[in-house]
Amino acid sequence: MTWLLETVALLLLLTLALGLIRIWRGPTIADRMLAAQLFGTTGVGLLLVLAELQQMPALRDVALVLALLAVMAVLAFVARVWRREPEDGTEEDPPT
Amino acid sequence: MILIDLLQALLLLAGVGFFFVGTLGILRFPDVYTRIHALTKADNLGLGLIVFGLLLGADSIPVALKLLLVWGLALLASATAGYLVARAARRRGLRPWKARNWGNG
Repeated sequence: MTWLLETVALLLLLTLALGLIRIWRGPTIADRMLAAQLFGTTGVGLLLVLAELQQMPALRDVALVLALLAVMAVLAFVARVWRREPEDGTEEDPPT
Repeated sequence: MILIDLLQALLLLAGVGFFFVGTLGILRFPDVYTRIHALTKADNLGLGLIVFGLLLGADSIPVALKLLLVWGLALLASATAGYLVARAARRRGLRPWKARNWGNG
């Protein structure tokens, strides 16, 4: 039983590593934000599997918090960083 | 007893498969909108199958409920986040990718 959870955890780590490519190559900042959202979800999945693997129930609460915080990051990004494009088309730096 | 383990293995591997597909989709798709599509796929199905796989092995009811709670939160989270990013992208005038003009990277 444990070998199954270990392989699943390992594969999830692999998908995390793959997500890094998108962060490195992503043309727009929105792509990087999407990859960050994917990291959040993969992290939640990984934490749930590890909670079962190492018999540590606390990890499930960590997964819950991570799922919430991953959304907060995207919300902050959409609300603050990625405002409506100004007329002259220059990248509007976030309001200090 | 074996059947449950087999079912659990199947569900967990399917969940990881969907995560992999979602990540691959994010890498391969040409523009933001399609990547959001791939991302929410990985979130909902990948995490859902993993949670169901773990649900079979959950030793008590509260643990099972907590697993479902995490999945529900992830569902809501990825849906709203995907929508918000898509709307923000649309507002910034990011035109969806069309097969004709290849260069719209």
